Amino acid sequence: MTEATVPSEIPASDRPARSVGSFMQAAEVDSRLVGMLIALAIIWVGFNFLSGGLFLTSRNLWNLSVQSSSIAIMATGMVLIIVSRNIDLSIGSIVGITGYTMAMVQAIWIPNSLGLGVNQPYTWIIALVVGIALGAVIGGFQGFIIAFLKVPAFIVTLGGLLVWRGLVFEMQSGQTIAPMDSTFKLLGGGPTGSAGELGSWAFALVASAAIVVLLLASRRRRLKYGFGVRPMWAEVALIVGSVVLVVGATWVANSYPWPEALAAQYATDHNITPPAGGLIIPTGIAFPVLILIGVAIVMTFVARRLRFGRNVFAIGGNPEAAELAGINTRRTIMLTFVVMGVLSAIAGAIGAARLNAGVTSLGQQNELDVIAAAVIGGTSFAGGIGTITGAVLGAVVMQSLRSGMVLLRFDSPIQDIVVGTVLVFAVGLDAIIRRRASR
Amino acid sequence: MFHRRIAALVAVTAIAAAACSSAATPAPTTAPATAAPTTTAASTAPSAAGSPAGSPAAAGCTVGVSWNNYQEERWAKWDEPAIKAAVAAGNGKYISSDAKSSAATQTTDVENLISQGAKVLIILAQDDKAIKSSVATAAAAGIPVIAYDRLIEDKSVFYVTFDNVEVGRMQARAIFAVKPAGNYVFIKGNAADANAKFLKGGQDEIIKDAVASGAIKNVGETFTDSWKPALAQTEMEQFLTANNNNVDAVLSENDGMAGGVIAALTAQGLQGKVPVSGQDGDQAALNRVALGTQTVDVWKDSRLLGKTAGEAAMQLCASSDVTKVTGAAPFTTPGGNTVSSILLKAQPIDKTNLQIVLDAGWITKDKLCQGVTAGSVPGC
Repeated sequence: MTEATVPSEIPASDRPARSVGSFMQAAEVDSRLVGMLIALAIIWVGFNFLSGGLFLTSRNLWNLSVQSSSIAIMATGMVLIIVSRNIDLSIGSIVGITGYTMAMVQAIWIPNSLGLGVNQPYTWIIALVVGIALGAVIGGFQGFIIAFLKVPAFIVTLGGLLVWRGLVFEMQSGQTIAPMDSTFKLLGGGPTGSAGELGSWAFALVASAAIVVLLLASRRRRLKYGFGVRPMWAEVALIVGSVVLVVGATWVANSYPWPEALAAQYATDHNITPPAGGLIIPTGIAFPVLILIGVAIVMTFVARRLRFGRNVFAIGGNPEAAELAGINTRRTIMLTFVVMGVLSAIAGAIGAARLNAGVTSLGQQNELDVIAAAVIGGTSFAGGIGTITGAVLGAVVMQSLRSGMVLLRFDSPIQDIVVGTVLVFAVGLDAIIRRRASR
Repeated sequence: MFHRRIAALVAVTAIAAAACSSAATPAPTTAPATAAPTTTAASTAPSAAGSPAGSPAAAGCTVGVSWNNYQEERWAKWDEPAIKAAVAAGNGKYISSDAKSSAATQTTDVENLISQGAKVLIILAQDDKAIKSSVATAAAAGIPVIAYDRLIEDKSVFYVTFDNVEVGRMQARAIFAVKPAGNYVFIKGNAADANAKFLKGGQDEIIKDAVASGAIKNVGETFTDSWKPALAQTEMEQFLTANNNNVDAVLSENDGMAGGVIAALTAQGLQGKVPVSGQDGDQAALNRVALGTQTVDVWKDSRLLGKTAGEAAMQLCASSDVTKVTGAAPFTTPGGNTVSSILLKAQPIDKTNLQIVLDAGWITKDKLCQGVTAGSVPGC
């Protein structure tokens, strides 16, 4: 697969920018993405104003990042599903069954059934592997029925939604399974489940270096094959902008200190005499957010660089043509559901770890939030169109609305009304703009 | 073009169908009554003495039970065996059916139970209004109906339930005893469930003077869709953020949500310092009570409810007059009907009386005391 087949790459000219539009064209920045960032900024500033400055505090933004992560992780997979003209309604139930199974592994099977005791060093990894394997198997099973037996995805996953949730009830007659393994719990975030000050800055450094290296390498490669490149100033602006974003986010995460009670406890445990005003321990980026970043990078690579990802977009663009072009459409479709199952299991792990319990309702209605996030993020039900970054941003938009409304003390029915309205409004607006553009 | 239309249709239906199916899924750890008493007309525990369960007239009597959703944990595990045992003790016959959360199915179920020869019906109503036609059918056939756990707004029924407003009072009493003043957060259940409001009503009765005097300040209050623990956790995180951790007490309406609240408190190092309430007697919650992170768990022993209903059914076999059942008292419903009823008292469990749930065989000692320092609380 060569660069030449990338459909979205429009050779950029070297003329200087005269307007915002031509700047974005020159920088090859997705205008939809920019639009979403602007919408997000409006939402954040609006909530900050209405909540009397509470929203844009490091603490709230840190909360928001953790609260968005599991939906965002699943939304990256939902992009591939929707792009290939399918749907997965079962993910909420897969989150439920994988999260519950992982809880059983660490709270019942390993300590009691095998008699190995709680909080063993290997417990968390066994639980995680079992959960992810289960997610992959469930996803593969559904994918097989959809791709090879040609049963519509809507039906298969609707069945899955009922079956997997029903199985969760059957496993332990609906009991709550708690508590979780002490290491496993870190997957859910919290002050101890975060990278800390040094770790976060190290991450920022590596990420910034990677941005510079990758963008420059891509530029060199395109020059080598004689493709158009961004003007140098656009390239520099893009690099600087991305690095500022990374450093800024890290700075925000680090400026949220550990809660006083935890810091005091830490001081006592480590025989530190806290300074006047208490010990300040920067929290840093939470583990679920790091997992999300990892997942988003891998999924972007899969979607844009791997043959599998290209095939998914080709199938979504025109299934018949893709089939005739020799793409193994069945295998590809089945794989998208395996990926979705794995991502749902990761979200299940984060959910159970965060709640410190396996509950039967875990993940309920997540399918709606995930589909909404992917769609707000620009994924089209007509197939063939969608980006991973957009879906992640879509998830952040949704969660921003929800947690902002809790800060303003709106009840959940009101939240549902607002989120539903925003969903239809966003997609409607997008459809109108798209129609105008294609005229 | 064709494909696009299909895709759009699928999208719309997807969201609608998923919404419907999740709405039909019950809150797992809570088994809330859809209606609760507004007065405490009767709080009588049933007495085995004087129960005519074994009377000859009742022998061979068939009791039909219509469950609304048997999938929930408690019905199969606790309620049904207790009803069965009480019916068997009176030499009666037990038959049942499950409406799988459908009011329409329940109507059919009741007709089937009657045609199978049920002489008394015990109904756990899916919908307190839709079930009224079934109650009328039964009344026409001279079959008494016991409204089990959830109220049916019809003056002919016999109503057996726990006093849910009292549960709210018990929660508030326990929290109020620890924190008579300060910033309170209220994590309420599903807005569509009347029980969420009744519990809050009971809580308000206890703290209303302190709220009026300004001693207690409401710094956060929200309903929680489907009583979801994970949602309660997010809500609590936001309330802690909004109040810069200045939260002194949390009135959570059930155990599942209390788990979410305590996870949020733990992230701030506040677990055990901020009192939290709950109800249901979840095993994880009772363990938290032993650990000291949850203050009170109001325990409703479903076995007592089942036994009471089963015994009442056997008495109604002998005589269909619902006012003559042992321990029955008139109760005025929110809808203005006066029904004969037995309202059972729930039992608040805190760290001083954990022995009660152990003695009742509700939870094993190793589950209750997991992670608890031996001897730190009575019972562990």
